[in-house]
Amino acid sequence: MKKYLLPSIKLTILLVVLLGGLYPLLLAGIAKLAPGKGDGVTVMHNGKVVGFEQIGQKFTQDKYFWSRPSAVDYNAAGSGGSNKSANNPDYLKVVQERIDTFLVHNPDVKKSEIPAELVTASASGLDPHLSPVAAYIQVARIAKARGIPADKLKQLIADNTKAPVLGMFGTPTVNVLKLNVALDELK
Amino acid sequence: MNTEILGVIATYGLTLLLAWPLARYFVKVFRGDKVWSDFMSPLERLFFKFSGINPKEEMDWKQHMKALLTINLVWFVYAFFALFFQDKLPLNPDGNPGQSADLAFNSAISFLVNCNLQHYSGETGVTYFTQLFVLAFLQFVSAATGIAALIVVFKAFKEKTVTKLGNFWEIFLKTTTRILLPFSLLIAIILIFNGTPASFAGKASVVTLQGDTMNVSRGPAAGFIAIKHLGTNGGGWFGANSAHPFENPNYVGYITEMVAQVVIPIAMVFALGMFIQRRKFANVIFGIMTIGMICLLIPTMQAEMSGNPALAHMGVQQLTGSMEGKEVRFGPAGTGYWSTVTTIISTGSICGFHDSMMPMTGLMQLLGMMLNCLYGGCGVGILNYYIYVIIAVFISGLMVGRTPEFMGHKLEAREVKIAALITLLSPFLILAGTAIACFVLVHYPNADWAMKPSAWLNNPGYHGFSEMLYEMTSSNANNGSGFEGLGDGNVFWNVSTGFVLILGRYLPIIGPVAIAGIMGSKKYIPESAGTLRTDSITFGGMTFAVIVILTALSYFPALALGPIAEYFSLYK
Repeated sequence: MKKYLLPSIKLTILLVVLLGGLYPLLLAGIAKLAPGKGDGVTVMHNGKVVGFEQIGQKFTQDKYFWSRPSAVDYNAAGSGGSNKSANNPDYLKVVQERIDTFLVHNPDVKKSEIPAELVTASASGLDPHLSPVAAYIQVARIAKARGIPADKLKQLIADNTKAPVLGMFGTPTVNVLKLNVALDELK
Repeated sequence: MNTEILGVIATYGLTLLLAWPLARYFVKVFRGDKVWSDFMSPLERLFFKFSGINPKEEMDWKQHMKALLTINLVWFVYAFFALFFQDKLPLNPDGNPGQSADLAFNSAISFLVNCNLQHYSGETGVTYFTQLFVLAFLQFVSAATGIAALIVVFKAFKEKTVTKLGNFWEIFLKTTTRILLPFSLLIAIILIFNGTPASFAGKASVVTLQGDTMNVSRGPAAGFIAIKHLGTNGGGWFGANSAHPFENPNYVGYITEMVAQVVIPIAMVFALGMFIQRRKFANVIFGIMTIGMICLLIPTMQAEMSGNPALAHMGVQQLTGSMEGKEVRFGPAGTGYWSTVTTIISTGSICGFHDSMMPMTGLMQLLGMMLNCLYGGCGVGILNYYIYVIIAVFISGLMVGRTPEFMGHKLEAREVKIAALITLLSPFLILAGTAIACFVLVHYPNADWAMKPSAWLNNPGYHGFSEMLYEMTSSNANNGSGFEGLGDGNVFWNVSTGFVLILGRYLPIIGPVAIAGIMGSKKYIPESAGTLRTDSITFGGMTFAVIVILTALSYFPALALGPIAEYFSLYK
């Protein structure tokens, strides 16, 4: 083994410089050309940065579209899911509470209409999206809180819905932060 | 048809389309033909000159293994000390602390062996320095190690009688500079333009639309994520791995990462056929591996897309399927496909938390890692499959009453013993490891560790057992995914899985290389009418049967206590 030790050490040093140093530096340089310049793409409102396009935020007020529940309370200094198993009794209790809370704030919605994503925690705890269904179900509440006609809100959701890739692959999504910014800017 | 399912089909189809040309490229690189990446050769010559290596010096299989193990040892020492002292090293904008000795031991081994178990969280447990100069570095070189070992086996298959099997350093470095580095750059650039951060800026602080203050972790993540997939490593930059919206920003990102992680394992199977000029042999292997994957994939997608019966009982609607621990942009079908692929090929990255998936899915994930040879990790997947082939040849030989032969060489007692030991190693490590964990949990629930054993499990009952079984299985398979609810950041799990990782990595590399090396040096016997044809569909079916029977015999009792019992309690 002695014969191989010195070559191993020398080769390691060179590879650490190449793969650990030059490779990410080159990418950081290339990223300057990309949206967000490699720092993450931000969302602006009234001239101020109000968040990152990719990172979900907590919305608890009735006048905003709510994001999905989060196991890390949308603290993006970390990330993670609940890791609760399908029939863990504690978990099912939490889901029941979320259902009850949702029904109190959305009296026009029947329980059987609530999409599961609004009462289950996302994987990252930072899910920036809702499915269109989960956005439409909140329209009645927001229309009441803001005094905006429901049709206008539905149009807003439709405008902010991103179709699957090429219209065929994946899921349709609505970015909650961008939707809420558009909501605040609605005149 | 459902756009989620179409997305899965398109992703797999794209992988196959890319794997074929990639395989041709691999073969050219390893045969030393002219290729577009020859512009790297001055750099390679410089590396060899500085390191005092003669890349033309041919090695036998033992010298290959000595070189491989020596450089791996150097990496381990380097990684351990860097992680332990990371708080004193530069590039730590978030002020994260050094790792404890047992955690640094586990993290160093885990990345060294291509597993990436990660008993820490990326945002708080490591610095930019250790992420880049230690972990990403290891993600490159551990994948190159696996491929280099496989190429030795290729060379032994190719020649009639051979002892000299190329130069380890040359194969290893070329794998890095010609395959991993250029394609990682390409993948990283795609991710960057879809929103993944790549700058060295630390945490951002913003006031949200609603008026809360929010900190957002960032960093030079794109390059790390590219090699994490291309090298079937799986360790994430962020704690939530590829579920994190920076790490996997949208469906284009999903397709990119999904293709990246499985394209080399599939291309390697095609490359095998091209390199040794036995295409039919490789095509049969590819067919068996694909059938195996589909057997795991269909129950997974079915279970995830039908949703959680416990939630259905509560009266909410699950339009697309089970959404706990999943992201809207991937959906249950896409997340199910990812979970199958990541467990069969030893990547272990996730885009939805396995702990929260349905019991049937958990069963399929465990099986994927127990088999560990359906495509499999970079290089090592085929090595694992090769062991099953040897067992199948041996059993077939017994059935027809002839001395078994493989690739024109007699298969004798020594080779079969090695194969049998490697086959027994996995169930031994997984089951003994899980048994010890259960023993500690039951008899020493209040042991005074950073986390008491009584607090390990995040879920009660059968699923709690599955969490421990999964951790040991993932370590042995060098997979790196987890039922992440398990409290694994403490001395018991760090040390126990650390040893499972080492044994589960190096023995299944040395074993197949030794068998190929020994057999390659034997006298060549030309094929005759009496030779067992190993490239027939019948023999493929035989290998499949061997795999199924060995796995069922080894693991059924443990699986019955975990996911199977959970299944029947959920769907009663």
